[in-house]
Amino acid sequence: MSYLKLENIYKQFAGKVVLKGVNAEIEKGELVCILGPSGCGKTTLLRIIAGLETADQGKVIIDRKDCTMLPPSKRNFGIVFQSYALFPNMTVEQNILFGLSEQKKLNKEQQRAKALEVLALVGLLEHKNKYPAQLSGGQQQRTALARAIALSPGYLLLDEPLSALDAKVRSKLRLEIRRIQQELGITTIMVTHDQEEALTMADRIIVMNNAVIEQVGAPRTIYEKPANTFVANFIGTMNFYENNKGTFGVRPENIELTKNVLPESFWTGKVSFLEFKGAMIRVYSKLYDNREICVDLPVEKAKAMELKENDTVYLKVADRHLIQYADVQEAV
Amino acid sequence: MIRNINKKLQVTNPAQFFLMLFLTSIFFAGMVFPIFSLFIKAFQNSSGGFAGFENYFKYFSQPTLSYSLLNTLDVSLTTSVVSTMLGFAYAYSLKRTNIKLKRFFRYVALFPIFVPTVVHGIGLIVLFGKQGILTQLGLVIELYGKTGIILSEIIYTFPQAFLMFYVTLHYADGRLYEVADSMGCNALTKFMRITVPEIKYTLIYSLFVCFTLAFTDFGAPKVIGGSYNVLAIDLYKQVAGQFNFNMGAVVSTLLLIPALLTFAADRILNAKNYGEISTKAIELKIKKNKLRDGLFFTVCFLIFVFFLMIIGALFMDALMKYYPYEKSFTLEHFKFSQSTGGIQSFVNSISMSLLTAVFGTIFVFVYTYLIEKGKGMEHIKKIGRLLSVAPIAVPGMVIGLSFIFFFNSRSNPLNFIYGTVVILVLANIVHFYTVPYVTAAGALKKLDKEFESIAESMRIPGWKILLRVSVPMSLPAILEIFMYYFVNAMVTVSAVVFLYSADFKVASIAITHMEEAGDIAQASAMSLLILTVNLIAGSIYDRSQSNSTALLIGKATNAIN
Repeated sequence: MSYLKLENIYKQFAGKVVLKGVNAEIEKGELVCILGPSGCGKTTLLRIIAGLETADQGKVIIDRKDCTMLPPSKRNFGIVFQSYALFPNMTVEQNILFGLSEQKKLNKEQQRAKALEVLALVGLLEHKNKYPAQLSGGQQQRTALARAIALSPGYLLLDEPLSALDAKVRSKLRLEIRRIQQELGITTIMVTHDQEEALTMADRIIVMNNAVIEQVGAPRTIYEKPANTFVANFIGTMNFYENNKGTFGVRPENIELTKNVLPESFWTGKVSFLEFKGAMIRVYSKLYDNREICVDLPVEKAKAMELKENDTVYLKVADRHLIQYADVQEAV
Repeated sequence: MIRNINKKLQVTNPAQFFLMLFLTSIFFAGMVFPIFSLFIKAFQNSSGGFAGFENYFKYFSQPTLSYSLLNTLDVSLTTSVVSTMLGFAYAYSLKRTNIKLKRFFRYVALFPIFVPTVVHGIGLIVLFGKQGILTQLGLVIELYGKTGIILSEIIYTFPQAFLMFYVTLHYADGRLYEVADSMGCNALTKFMRITVPEIKYTLIYSLFVCFTLAFTDFGAPKVIGGSYNVLAIDLYKQVAGQFNFNMGAVVSTLLLIPALLTFAADRILNAKNYGEISTKAIELKIKKNKLRDGLFFTVCFLIFVFFLMIIGALFMDALMKYYPYEKSFTLEHFKFSQSTGGIQSFVNSISMSLLTAVFGTIFVFVYTYLIEKGKGMEHIKKIGRLLSVAPIAVPGMVIGLSFIFFFNSRSNPLNFIYGTVVILVLANIVHFYTVPYVTAAGALKKLDKEFESIAESMRIPGWKILLRVSVPMSLPAILEIFMYYFVNAMVTVSAVVFLYSADFKVASIAITHMEEAGDIAQASAMSLLILTVNLIAGSIYDRSQSNSTALLIGKATNAIN
C-alpha cells in the first residue's frame, strides 16, 4: 500500500477544469516531482494534497486514511512555498519556534533544541538571529525548509521551492534539499516547471499537462522513453520525423554526424546554424526534404571536424534510439 | 462518482465566519438600515402614510426651496472648476518645476484639512467681514452670501484637488518625455500629448469630488452664507428648525445624488485607469526653465499668502483683546463661555475622536482582514467589499439624519445609544470608513498570501497569525487609519450636527454656536485649539512614516464629507 494515494481527482475553477481525473501513488520516503508547464494543474494538485483546496471529486488517501475532507491542520505536513512566506517580523529562529510553540507536548527547552537541530541540518545556525530581509535568497529558502521540517511532519510539500533563485544557488540547493530529504527519509512532493530540477532530484517524476498526467516514471525512463510527444518535447529536445511506418523521435545526442559518407543507410543534410552551448555544440541541419534536424556534438569533436555552416553532413540513427509515436503534440 | 458536496464546511473556519457575520450585521445597523429608513421617510407624509412623490412635488413647488438647489449647483460648479485649476497648478509647481520651498508649500496646502469647514468661513469673516482686517484697509467685498461660500468652499476643497494631482503627477514616466524630446517636440506638444492624458482621469475625478464636497458642505454656508440658501442649510432648517423630517429626508436624497455620481465616476475611472503606469517607468528629470519656475512660484506664493492670511487672521482675532479696537495681547478668548459649549466641548471632541479612532481602526482592520484573508466565505466577502466602499458616497448630514430615523425609533432595541457619544462615534466610523478600508486592504494585500496557509500547516491558530504577523506588519497602515479617523472626527460638523446632545457638545459644533452668538474671537481661539491638536497628531504620524505617499493617496481618495 502506497503512502499517499490520489484517486480520480477532479477540480474546476469558475468553469475551467484544472484537474481531470488524476490518479497517482507515492511511496513512503520517496521524492516525487510533479513537472509540467504553467497552468497544467500541478500547483492545484499540491494544494489539494495539502488541504488548502478541496477536490470536487475524488479521494486523497494519506497513510491509509481518507483525508479528502480534512483541513490542513489535521494532515501533518510541512510546506515550502515559492515565496517562502517567512514571517518578516521574526528572526530565523523565531520563525521556526512559532510553530513549535504550538506543540504542547514539548517544553520550552525541547522546542529550542528542536529549532537548533533543524537549523543545524540546513546549515543556518550562525544566522539564527537574523531577520528574513537580512538573508540571501538561498538562506531564506533554507529557513523556509527548516520551518517546514521542524514539526517532524509526515510528508513534505515543496511548491516551486527554487524558482526564485539564480542558477548557481539553485543547483547547489537541489543537492542540499535532496540530501536533507534522504537524511530524514521524508516523503516529499515537489512541484516544478524546471525539467532539470526534476531530473536531478526526483526518485520519480509525474509529468502533467492540461489537467491530466502524461507520464509517471523514474527520471531516466522519462528521458529515454518519453511516453508521448508532449513529454518528449517538454523534457529535453526531440527530433521528430514521419515515414510510412509512423512518427519517430530521436534525441539530438543520439544522432551520429560525420562529414564523410557512411557505409550504411543515412540522411544527407546541410548545416544551417551552429549553436554554441558550452560543452556541446548543437548543429542545426536541413535535410534533403527541407526538414530541420538538430544534433548535439561535443565541442572537441566539432572542432576536429572543422564544422561550419553550409557544410554537407551525413547523419545516422541507431534503431534502438528511435521512439515511435502516434502523433506529434507541441510542448508549451 | 460521489461529489464532495460538504466541502464548504471544511474550507470555512467557523470562528471567522461568525465574526464576519457579526461585523457585517453591525455594518447593516450602522449604514444600510438607517439609509433605508431615510428613503422610507422621504416617501411618507408626516403622519407616516405613503406619500409617493408628493414630498418632492411640495419641495420643488416652494420657490425658496428650489432656489436653494440652483444656488447649490451654482456654488458647487464654480468651486469645483476653480479648486481643480488651482489644485492642478499647485501640484504641477511642486512636481514638475524646480521652484524652491516645495516641502514648505506642500504642508501649507494641507492646512484646511486640519480644521472644520466652519473655520474657513470664520477666517474669511475676520479678513473681509464688516470689521475685517482687509475691509479696514479698504478692500471691501460682499462677503456674506455667495462670494463667501464660494471662497470657503475653495479653501475647503483645494487640498483635496491638490493631493489628487500631486499623486498623479508624482507617477510620471520619464521615458515618454525623453522620447518626445528625441523627436523634437516642443513644451506645449509634450504637455498636451503626454501630461494631459496622464492627468485626464484625475482631472475629471477632481471636478466631481470638489463639486460633491461643496454641494454637501454645511459648515461654511452656516457661518458665512447669510441669506443665500443652499441645500445643506435647507436640510438643517427643515430638521432642526421646523422638525419637518420628511422634507429633511427629501433634501437628503437630493444631497446623495452628486455623491453617488462621484462614486460611479470613481468606479469607472478606476477600472479604466488601472495599471497605466508601467513598472519600467523611469523618473522624470525636470529641465531648467526660469520663466516657468517664476510663473509657478508666483501662483504657489499667492495661494500660500492667502492661506497664511486666514491662519494669521485666526491668530490675531484669538489673541487680541478686541480687534480692531484694542489690539493688546490676551489669552482671555480661550476662556470659553459656558453657553456656547465651553472648553468642555473641546475635551468632548478629543474623547469622541479618540474613541472613533480606536474602535474605527479595530473594526476596519479586522473586517478588512476577514475580507482579504478569510477562508472561503466568498458571498459574504462580496457584500463586505460593497459595504466598505459605499460610505464614501454618503454625505455626513445624510448619515446624521438617517441615524435619527433609525436609532430614535422606539421600536429599535439600539435606541439606548441615541443621544450618547456612542452614536457620534458610530456615525464617524461609518462616515469616514472607505479611506481606511482602502488603506487597510492595500496593506494586507502586500502581505504574503501564504502566511495563513503556512500557519494552518503548522497548526498555528488564525488569531495568532493576525496578532503576531499581520498586525505588526501593517502597523504603518494602522497608524495611518488611526490618525485619519482622529483628525476627521475632530473637524467634522456635518456628521454630528444632528446627533450631538446638549450635554455632549463637540468643538466643531461649539464654533458654529460661538459664531452665531457673535463671539468670533472665541470661535477663532477654538479653531486654533483644534488645528493645534490635529497638527500634533499629524506630525507624530508623519514622523513615524518613512513614506507618506500612502497618506496622500488615502486623503486624496477621500472626499465626500
